[in-house]
Amino acid sequence: MGTLGGLVILCTGLWIATPHFVTASNLVNVVQQSTIIGVIAVGMTFVILTGGIDLSVGSIVALAGITFGTLVQANVPLPLAAAGALIAGTLCGAVNGALVTIGRLPPFIATLGMMSVARGIALMLSDGRPISGFPAGFRSLATGTVAGIPAPVIIMLALYGAAHFVLTRVRLGRYTYAIGGNEEATALSGVNVRAYKTIVYCISGFVSALTSLLLVARLNSAQPIAGISYELDAIAAVVIGGTSLLGGSGSVVGTLIGALIMSVLRNGLNLLGVSSYVQQVAIGTVIVVAVLVDMALRQRASLPTG
Amino acid sequence: MTTTNGDTAAKTAILRMEGIRKEFPGVVALDGVDLDVRRGEVHVLLGENGAGKSTLMKILSGAYTKDAGRVWIDGMETDISGPRMARELGVGIIYQELTLIPELSAAENVYLGREPRRLRTVVDRSRMIADTRRILNDLGADVPPAAPTRTLSLAQRQLVEIAKALSLEPRILVMDEPTSALTTRETQSLFAAIRRLTARGVAIIYISHRLDEIFEIGDRVTVLRDGRHVSTHTVRSADRRELVRLMANRELDEGISGGTTVRGSELLRVENLTRQGALENVSFSVHAGEIVGIAGLLGAGRTELARVIFGADNADGGRIFVRGKLQNIKSPRDAVRLGIGFLTEDRKAQGLVLGRSVRDNIALPVLRRLSRLGVVRRSEEVALAESYVRDLRIRTPSTSQLALHLSGGNQQKVVLAKWLGCKADILFLDEPTRGIDVGAKQEIYALINKLAASGVGIVMISSELPEVVGLSDRVLVMRGGKIVGEFNRAEATQERLLACAVGA
Repeated sequence: MGTLGGLVILCTGLWIATPHFVTASNLVNVVQQSTIIGVIAVGMTFVILTGGIDLSVGSIVALAGITFGTLVQANVPLPLAAAGALIAGTLCGAVNGALVTIGRLPPFIATLGMMSVARGIALMLSDGRPISGFPAGFRSLATGTVAGIPAPVIIMLALYGAAHFVLTRVRLGRYTYAIGGNEEATALSGVNVRAYKTIVYCISGFVSALTSLLLVARLNSAQPIAGISYELDAIAAVVIGGTSLLGGSGSVVGTLIGALIMSVLRNGLNLLGVSSYVQQVAIGTVIVVAVLVDMALRQRASLPTG
Repeated sequence: MTTTNGDTAAKTAILRMEGIRKEFPGVVALDGVDLDVRRGEVHVLLGENGAGKSTLMKILSGAYTKDAGRVWIDGMETDISGPRMARELGVGIIYQELTLIPELSAAENVYLGREPRRLRTVVDRSRMIADTRRILNDLGADVPPAAPTRTLSLAQRQLVEIAKALSLEPRILVMDEPTSALTTRETQSLFAAIRRLTARGVAIIYISHRLDEIFEIGDRVTVLRDGRHVSTHTVRSADRRELVRLMANRELDEGISGGTTVRGSELLRVENLTRQGALENVSFSVHAGEIVGIAGLLGAGRTELARVIFGADNADGGRIFVRGKLQNIKSPRDAVRLGIGFLTEDRKAQGLVLGRSVRDNIALPVLRRLSRLGVVRRSEEVALAESYVRDLRIRTPSTSQLALHLSGGNQQKVVLAKWLGCKADILFLDEPTRGIDVGAKQEIYALINKLAASGVGIVMISSELPEVVGLSDRVLVMRGGKIVGEFNRAEATQERLLACAVGA
């Protein structure tokens, strides 16, 4: 649990460095800031655990948001519009999955294609313009609180709880690890690897669409250019969280910590008045150092085989 | 560095290791091991998996640093700090796992990182190829030096690996199970090459599980057990049974025998199975309680046969009957559902998810049965894994140990447990004892017999003729994708099977 240690050290450092970090409102703010990438990173964790990658998540955020906005504008009831957005995102994931399993494309290529296609469709549907003005009831998805905790944070934590349960206790999760650990051995054990890999890309598409709803609620606007470079932030959260890009090992708990580390770092650097240019350097450095430390810890823990 | 004056033995010694100790977290891998190796000898390192052979050799080649002990090379005490230093000291090593880059040619692999250059810039390809050809010829190896390595057979690649080590002109050459992928003929040409090397004064440290080879090629043998030095003998004075006893510290009957067979109903019948370029009109059947051996050389189509029946590859023609019913097996999933299990030849690449626990691996094919509404019932899973760990005597601290950390024999038992857990009653075993030490082999043999006695129909593919002859009720011999001979227990002798397999 090197990542948790990293988060603790980071928070302690900021606590000492600035009085503004540890205040109730700022801490809530930090967690709230992490929800967008945090939710996407759940799906990304599944995909990366199978040894894949999903570059299309940011574009799916845009497409699902625009789908939602378009449906709302056409006076479709809110729940149905939301369902439409979630279906659109899941379908994009299904296409990714089919390209990877049936088309045998490397996940990088398949989702790179989807990244461009989904973005393009979002721009086509919206004619490049944002869709604004949503009912207050819907916006409470972002602005509402339960017992003082913002709704997006509750949604994110519930999602992480569910994902953790699935990965550790449910068959789908166990196959996810097995496929990433050794796809051939898993197939030869009679597991329908193609189906499970497709499901994993569907999950990624679904949570991206869920993110789009949170984002639209927060901005009160669905934008075709939303979610740009979210895929990189999500991959960074997963990797900082200790999940191997080769697949087969890692956890969503790690990913949550990874997402929090990125959020705390951005928040802390803002509080310290560090320029956004320097922030990029700092975040890049953290990604690299986190993975270096993680690899060193793993190496020390491993035993010889001979 | 200091020079020490050795005694008479040390004068002919090229390598002396004394009191070598190596610890890993929680494990003492080597505990005061001594080894001395003389110029021009073949020194065999013998020991079960986990005895410390590989660790000792990794210290010699600089891949690990020792925690205690001293090393002399050529009478000079040295502290080998890394692979580069080991190479400069004349230590060459050929690992069991191949390390060649498939897209590069044999010559490019041999000279990787130290290509001969013209004017210090352009790689001198023709010289590289000529030098590689010379080394390969010295080895008596028939390998085209300019062809991409991926087009070579496994045996040819092994020879390229050896050529790579030889190109550095080592004084001490470590070979870790060099013949595991070689045919008898190729093994003989490797032995001829080894004899030419020893005649030039090169010392060979030879790690092998095959006792026959040791008596053929070895001069002296050192036995390791549990990280300790047990004894060193000259091979001529060594006794086969004695060596096995020293390795395992218990008497073993090296002979293999099948159980008494009660042949039950027909479980599997294959008719005219054909796959372009691999199988041609293969027909055979397996009955409950029967062990059918499949012998043949590498590339005879044995593994291919198992893969097609298991649904891992598609057939172009033919019919498969399971328990009398015609079945269309399109994927391993179909095969598993029909009660067919397949223990693959390469357990690390195809049998196990190495980074997961023993328990996860055993449960993998039966998770559906172990779960309710998709949620895996942990207590049942643990019970399943623990019962097989107990029944098959899998040596592991717990069922949550990663498969990676088990010895070869115990890994193989985990793969067997997977299929037993599925209640597979038609079991394909492809090279079930490859890379497994003598003691564990005996246990696997006993298990195979026990399974057959319980009514499982077993198809055993093996390149170890004594194993095929000893265990099988019936032996099929394959050559060029066809079944070219069938022998019952009384007829099957090693000589006959071999003659049939090579087409003599």
